[in-house]
Amino acid sequence: MSTNPVVKAFAYLLVHTPDFVRYGSKPHRETGIDPDLHRQIASHLRSFEEAVAYPPNQVFLGNLHPEDLAAIPEPWWKHPVKQAKANGAYGDFVDQEAFYGFLKAADLFDLVYLTPKFTQIVSNRLKQHHLSIPQDLEKLGTGKELDKIEHAIEEQASLPLYHMGELVGSFQRHHEEDASLQAHVLMENLMTKASGAIAVRSLLRRAGYTPDDADYLISCSEEAVGDRYNRGGGNMAKAVGEMCQMRFATGSDTKAFCAGPIYALVHGASLVKAGVFENLVVLGGGCLSKLGMKLSGHLKHDMPILEDVLGGIAFLITPDDGQSPVIRLDSVGKHNIGDGSNQQDIMKSLVVNPLERVGLALSKVDKISTELHNPEITVPQGSGNVPLNNYKLMAALAVMRGEISRDDISRFIEERGMPGFSPTQGHIPAAVPYLGHAAEAMEQGKLNTALFVAKGSLFLGRMSQLSDGMSFLLERNPGLSYEKKA
Amino acid sequence: MFEGKYVVALGERDGVPGPAIEEILTAAGANVISTVTECFV
Repeated sequence: MSTNPVVKAFAYLLVHTPDFVRYGSKPHRETGIDPDLHRQIASHLRSFEEAVAYPPNQVFLGNLHPEDLAAIPEPWWKHPVKQAKANGAYGDFVDQEAFYGFLKAADLFDLVYLTPKFTQIVSNRLKQHHLSIPQDLEKLGTGKELDKIEHAIEEQASLPLYHMGELVGSFQRHHEEDASLQAHVLMENLMTKASGAIAVRSLLRRAGYTPDDADYLISCSEEAVGDRYNRGGGNMAKAVGEMCQMRFATGSDTKAFCAGPIYALVHGASLVKAGVFENLVVLGGGCLSKLGMKLSGHLKHDMPILEDVLGGIAFLITPDDGQSPVIRLDSVGKHNIGDGSNQQDIMKSLVVNPLERVGLALSKVDKISTELHNPEITVPQGSGNVPLNNYKLMAALAVMRGEISRDDISRFIEERGMPGFSPTQGHIPAAVPYLGHAAEAMEQGKLNTALFVAKGSLFLGRMSQLSDGMSFLLERNPGLSYEKKA
Repeated sequence: MFEGKYVVALGERDGVPGPAIEEILTAAGANVISTVTECFV
């Protein structure tokens, strides 16, 4: 039996938040300059049903596989999946009405005001939701009268909250002078907490765990919880654990820009292998600031604003159970400070070196998962097809190393790569959207190895000009009978 | 051809990073006054 830890369970989450697109970083700035943009945004938002039926979202939730997406004609938004389900094989698609309930349930400081009428609607919706708990309903209260909400918006810098375009509440700041506790910042943080908690609750259900069973959480979410004396002070992980009633767990955050999930999984797996913790959860909540990030391109091409969803991820790491896919800690690839920041050097550090260390050629690993940004979101804005460009680079490296010929580049990309299907939520596309698909394929004996590679734009924080990244190899558990292999 | 020219080097995460542009253009005689890499995804 392997001594490496395993990914025992996983959960994915999408949350439809069309009325929060206005509060994404880009739309929030642009509508401040051009208020008419609100009208254009409103006319390009999708219904929940349209978002559910969008093929890449169905792949993210495990109802379709990446190879199915490759066979669907583009543009994907014009080819909805018939009879698409919001309940995915790997997780759930939560509608905005229910999410307002989870958001209010996450609120311990009376930051969210909802009208009495909308509170009742949300309460009814939450009662039916399989991921809500009785404590959520208790936190909903009875609501705030509309005149109080309007007063907060006009006099106290609160932000209006909408549902289907109608004012249903407001989001409050929690300090007049502290920039870290203004309404927009707290909204971003609370949305991460609420969506992260839904993902973790889903994970626990899928694993057959109770909240008492986990002992540590690591959040790799993209937000900065803190106050003016400690911006980004953190521990979103513990706040999420609290919302999930995980009494015997504590946690901490791991930040590494978009590579955060890979770092968090490696850190978590290392803690489990060291015997410090036995049931460790890695989670990522959704990122408000990325909503509508590429909306200029979408509006220009008169297509729906596809960045209308928050993403969520959660993984349970445990000691080897003899079945679940193994995180090969001896394979971890890292981008060293002295490695250089050009693409060839980065790929050598993250792809070639780690595979060489475990005796695998680049052309012999079954699948490579890189940043899986949905190209239909990025290409209209001129940001290119991120996964395809990465696969081309890896294939070129394989050619330079004499592993494949130039004629084999397309086949290399087709066999080892996949189309991007993840919402552009920063950390969420960081290779891990494929982890569920890989785990399922490994269990079925269809896949033996998959390399997970993510890069991070360290330079965006203006503290370093360096790039960043990390990788690891996921392997079919040697404990599984090979007779099962198809 | 860059001798005596002032340059702002704007790199891209998945393409050529800013410091690489700076190194090349400095070697070509340019005076690089600012270097930054941006992420467009």
